[in-house]
Amino acid sequence: MSLALVKFLPVGTKIPFIRGRLIALAISGLFIVFSMFEFATVGINFGIDFRGGIQTEVAALNTTPIESLRDTANGLDLGEARVQGAGGAGEDRTTYLISLPLQEGEGLEGEAAQNTARQALEAALLAAYPDIEMRGTTVIGGAVSGELIVTGFTAIGVALFLMLIYIWFRFEWQYSVGAIVALTHDVIATIGMFSLTQMTFDLATVAAILTIVGYSMNDTVVVYDRIRENLRKYKRMPLEDVLNLSINDTLSRTILTSVTTLVALISLYLIGGTALKGFAFAMIWGVMIGTFSSVFVAAPILLFTNVQRESNDG
Amino acid sequence: MLHFGRWKLLSILIITLLGVMYTIPNFVPETDRYTINEADGTATPKGIWRFIPSGTINLGLDLQGGSHIVFEVDMDEVRDAQLEALASDIRTALRETPPLLARSVSVIGDEVVVLMVRPEERDVARERIDALNTPVDTGVGQVGLTNMYDIAADPADLSAIRISVTAQQYEAIRNRTLEQSITVIRRRLDGLGTTDPTIARSGDRRVLVQVPGADNPQEIIDLVGTQAAMSFHMVDESVDPGPNGQARTPPGVSVFTMADTGGTAWLAVETRQRLTGENLNQAYVTSHPNYVGPVVGFRLDTQGALIFGELTRTNRGRRFAIVLDDEIITAPSINEPILSGSGVIGGGYTYESANQLVILLNAGALPATLTPVEQRVVTASLGRDQIESGQLAVMIGFGLVIVFMVAMYGVFGLFSTMALLVNVFLILGGLSGLGMTLTLPGIAGIILTIGMAVDANVLIFERIREEVRNNRTPVQALQAGYERALAAILDANITTFIAAAVLYMLGAGPVRGFAVTLGVGIVTSVFTAFVVSRLLAVVWLRATKPKQLPL
Repeated sequence: MSLALVKFLPVGTKIPFIRGRLIALAISGLFIVFSMFEFATVGINFGIDFRGGIQTEVAALNTTPIESLRDTANGLDLGEARVQGAGGAGEDRTTYLISLPLQEGEGLEGEAAQNTARQALEAALLAAYPDIEMRGTTVIGGAVSGELIVTGFTAIGVALFLMLIYIWFRFEWQYSVGAIVALTHDVIATIGMFSLTQMTFDLATVAAILTIVGYSMNDTVVVYDRIRENLRKYKRMPLEDVLNLSINDTLSRTILTSVTTLVALISLYLIGGTALKGFAFAMIWGVMIGTFSSVFVAAPILLFTNVQRESNDG
Repeated sequence: MLHFGRWKLLSILIITLLGVMYTIPNFVPETDRYTINEADGTATPKGIWRFIPSGTINLGLDLQGGSHIVFEVDMDEVRDAQLEALASDIRTALRETPPLLARSVSVIGDEVVVLMVRPEERDVARERIDALNTPVDTGVGQVGLTNMYDIAADPADLSAIRISVTAQQYEAIRNRTLEQSITVIRRRLDGLGTTDPTIARSGDRRVLVQVPGADNPQEIIDLVGTQAAMSFHMVDESVDPGPNGQARTPPGVSVFTMADTGGTAWLAVETRQRLTGENLNQAYVTSHPNYVGPVVGFRLDTQGALIFGELTRTNRGRRFAIVLDDEIITAPSINEPILSGSGVIGGGYTYESANQLVILLNAGALPATLTPVEQRVVTASLGRDQIESGQLAVMIGFGLVIVFMVAMYGVFGLFSTMALLVNVFLILGGLSGLGMTLTLPGIAGIILTIGMAVDANVLIFERIREEVRNNRTPVQALQAGYERALAAILDANITTFIAAAVLYMLGAGPVRGFAVTLGVGIVTSVFTAFVVSRLLAVVWLRATKPKQLPL
């Protein structure tokens, strides 16, 4: 059992990460600008949680064409229906998500109209395809979807704020600025990715973003921890070299942890079923962007925020 | 770092053992663990399960199938009813001796406006209205600090008094309305015989209803969303309701549709309620020689029976109507006085519809209308698919991570694998033991934890490797590795834990399940990676006494 592949990982690497900081920051800047541009022009494909409306999952026989499902739903005249394939269900069936937009109506009348629309949709599907299998339905009213958007984004904001406080408390404010810039970078880049791919952005995506924030923070903290240690150890070394040394010291750990997390997430993406695909996708992207930002954003920022070396806090 | 005292060792073993013990029931079929009493459906542990934990993890509705419906109480309706009741109380107060002449007492916007005929009577009127203005009843046995109403008498307009309801009173009413609604909903769902429904308040105007196994939300909406306000009225045959119930009616007369005609027949009745559902003692499904099929029998309470007896005695030959939610469900003629206080409601019921009416009547009326604003329904088959794919993803993710760690770190990879295994037991055991609910996003949390849990071990092993490179002895390297990695491990995990805590506090419904497993997973993974793997490494070190560490 003395075989350990880790022995083949290069040790004492001296990759000049910090020298490339301007290129890295330029790439990050491009990410951010592109994400914001996408967000502003294309927007986000909000899922049922945030859009409101009616969504039902059915398992139809493979012989049922998707167009005919769409025609059935559109025939109700309850707004433009969307039909989306969602993978197989056994040998002879395919699952689809059929959704109707938020029904109009003031206050509780609108809510009642939503329920009526759900009944109409289910009845129409059962009438048109007697052997269809209804697998589940979600109905989200206008008030609830609005609240979910607000709480979702509040949660992200609160989490970022608490992280800032924690890092401030554990390190110094220079570090917390770097960490927050890196985290905000990750959040914006993830939202940009959802805008680009038009994957459904729902509650699970918000959960994913929060976890990405936690994960990226985790990565950043490990690098910062080493920077602080090295700053004390090598009192004369220029800051740029200390940053570089610290990133290289923790490089094998950064890569190994990212790989194990990605391995787990890819199995979730491939096998975990339709409901978790969006979540797994967001996380996979987030782990990559979070790792990138810890090395190329969070650490170089310390050069700009002018970290104090002579601190003796413990 | 490398020394484990006896007590420390014991507690590690006990914690691990507890994790395993609480996890095991999840993998043993229910019938092997419990004796199920067919008669009342209760289950009692049998055999060894009487002495060790026998409960399993609660599965969320997205994994076992069921309906999650959030209803919103129409608080505007509650407010309007409150204002109407206040206006009526004021009218009564003004009629006391000596009667005061009011031009009108009416609800305008969110105020009751009293206009006096003689301005000089306003002060007396105000005193009488003041007498109605008692402190808010907060429903917790305390008297509120605030009165129920704001009463304003404008010096510029000498004939008017304006009364509005204070914010505190509205809040008290909202609370009362929600509590009453929850009680009524619980009685109704119990009447249906569903298993373990959850009924909980959600915010200040919503009620959450979760019914495991129910995959037709409409059944629940029909049962919960029906107000079931029942009242008895005398029919006024002299008023023609018109062909579509739109005829103008004199004051005190209302027109309602006949329920069994689908809105084609109408009847005019006196608006005055002779009896309400409050006077109902019990309703039940029965049969009656005059009707085909089942009928709903009812029995009034003592006071109701007296009123009903008097009503039927003095109105022989006329018809009375029972109105349920603005529809007449029956309007029989009175052939003879009914002194027993019981009767039947007939008219084309099936057994199911009769039973539904019985449940509604027995549970009492809701204080306001409830409308569904959020529904999440998952059928049992979808739930089963989701749990199966989730389980598979956990196992494959776990397997791949193990292979990776063992390949990378050899024997140390084995230690972290053992730690990871204990970690999974602790997560599952923790969820079982603490009675937490596992949802589909919760499974995602477990997979993510497995991926991230090894991080602590990677941090430690990389530190050890560095120390080995610095030519430390195995013991020193191990010692220093665990010691120096601790700060980074704690910092890193506390930040992730913050994210999980925020998600738990602010997250809605299913996502909370993710926060739960992620949060539990972080705590257990720090313990297993730092303590369990260290213990294994120390035992190995003592047993093999290697010259150099295989890292």
